[in-house]
Amino acid sequence: MTKLVPVLSAHWDEKDSFTIEAYTRNGGYKASAKALAMDPDAVIQLVKDSGLRGRGGAGFPTGMKWGFIPQGDNKEHYLVVNADESEPGTCKDTPLLMANPHVLIEGCIIACHAIRAKHAFIYIRGEVTHVVRRLNQAIEDAYKAGHLGKGIDLVLHVGAGAYICGEETALLDSLEGFRGQPRLRPPFPAIAGLYARPTVVNNVESIASVPAIIANGAEWYQKFGTEKSKGMTLYSLSGHVANPGQFEAPLGITLREILELAGGVRSGHKLKFWTPGGSSTPLFTDAHLDIALDYEGVSVAGSMLGTKALQIFDETTCVVRAVLRWTEFYKHESCGKCTPCREGTWWLVQILRDLENGSGTEEDLGKLLDLCDNIMGRSFCALGDGATSPITSSIKYFRDEYIAHVTGKGCPFDPVASTIFSSAGAR
Amino acid sequence: MFSDNDLQVMDSIIKRYPRSRSAIMPLLHYVQSKAGYVTSEGIELIAKLLTLETAEVSAVATFYTQYKRKPVGEYHVGVCTNTLCAVMGGDEIFAGLKDHLGIENDGVTEDGKVSLEHIECNAACDYAPVVMANWEFYDNQTVQSSKDLVDAMRNGNPPAPTRGPNSLPTWKENSAVLAGINDGRANEGVQAGQPTLLGLKLSKEGK
Repeated sequence: MTKLVPVLSAHWDEKDSFTIEAYTRNGGYKASAKALAMDPDAVIQLVKDSGLRGRGGAGFPTGMKWGFIPQGDNKEHYLVVNADESEPGTCKDTPLLMANPHVLIEGCIIACHAIRAKHAFIYIRGEVTHVVRRLNQAIEDAYKAGHLGKGIDLVLHVGAGAYICGEETALLDSLEGFRGQPRLRPPFPAIAGLYARPTVVNNVESIASVPAIIANGAEWYQKFGTEKSKGMTLYSLSGHVANPGQFEAPLGITLREILELAGGVRSGHKLKFWTPGGSSTPLFTDAHLDIALDYEGVSVAGSMLGTKALQIFDETTCVVRAVLRWTEFYKHESCGKCTPCREGTWWLVQILRDLENGSGTEEDLGKLLDLCDNIMGRSFCALGDGATSPITSSIKYFRDEYIAHVTGKGCPFDPVASTIFSSAGAR
Repeated sequence: MFSDNDLQVMDSIIKRYPRSRSAIMPLLHYVQSKAGYVTSEGIELIAKLLTLETAEVSAVATFYTQYKRKPVGEYHVGVCTNTLCAVMGGDEIFAGLKDHLGIENDGVTEDGKVSLEHIECNAACDYAPVVMANWEFYDNQTVQSSKDLVDAMRNGNPPAPTRGPNSLPTWKENSAVLAGINDGRANEGVQAGQPTLLGLKLSKEGK
């Protein structure tokens, strides 16, 4: 009995899977027709009943989010899809949209109907030109086929390289034509979002999951997953593994099970550390192979399910180097609005650089943790919080390795050994 | 620099949005598609079209890394050096390309063909190490394959992206796509690479 349940990915192996012909051939746009014939509140209730939770990181129940939109308020409502996939390690929405952009469009139609919005936006990151092409064409084709334009309009908005715009309020500022900087909440987007109007912001995978739920029913969806984490989802396996890739499985599968499917860690090596859901989720080690990868299981074990970006690092990888690089990323991507994040990430980089190049001290570890303590929870958004995750978790599990950088006055690892072309020499 | 036709296109971009200021980002992409980078003339034009101060447009243009304030190469190469790609070989690839091209980060070759930048995670970690060219995917790179890639660019015949159109568009051509202009090439290229399809394939094998 297979552990995998391809629903979103079911037709990705058809050469023309991204076209409206293929999507329609495989039953596409039937769910939106069904939903449009339903009362909007019934659609929200069905999505609530399914148990679908946000797939962008936070795991908030999707139907409940839709239910927060005030009704009968005589204001425009907006749906905004977050396709700004940028969390390090995360690579699910991009292949999904390259292979099947229409499932997102159909999900948008259903969600707009449910929240009584006439206008939807897809905010996609700007560094994936071919995905932009595919989505743009798909939207054109959906208009031509009459799925869009009859009461629901959809605009593709292309970003320009800013991780922070994956944060929902920064995304809204960016979409309004400003620098992408997070807003203070409340008010939440459901009350005052895009153009200060009630707005739902959902991740690509969340919205793309909706057509199958409408088509097959809430009970069908409830059959997959665990008690509080229903349905199937895309797990993205990358790094030091025999076969990286996308695995659509019920929530609650373990890394051990996914690694078995993928042929394990690369030959001759063993697992050292991994992220369950991108670099902003605290690291796990080989002690966490059997944790259920659902929202609760990962949380109880001290991390977060996040985007289900399973980045695997073997014993050749220096954890200090890995964490330094992520920290440099957060420093670069901090939007600069909040002082703890802007200044804190800058200092974290200085100290980690010292440690990695051998000029750090044992006291630096305490300083790092103190800085993290002063960043955590003290900014408008979670970027700063995320920056502390790899640091605090790596010191928790690999303190000895940090100390070895101090006592040995440098990094004890050979970076070439961790490359994929190491066996052939650094070509 | 900007023709009547350009102004018509820019007007159509503005009309996509309920409020005109939202068009600032696609308009900046469009300026790059004509001028190659965000010129002062482009900033002034956008400010005029949207009834904004030039400082307001500049503030947006300087926030986002994809907007360039000086010319880049005909082929802009980005090497992912975020943790996973760096560890898998991105650092070696980036160092190799700097050495091979004789330029530093953000540099452009003297012939104007190739520019180089280290980039952050580009959402293709299952294809690491990843190199982007004009924001098209070149998956599973090595030091040698990336050197061959930039050599081919300088000779005017770069290979097609691994997951993208059948040939590599120029920087300006792809900037127009990012402005939302349909270049008619959406049907080119594969629907997915092997890693994308791995789980589906295994499930069909009953695993």
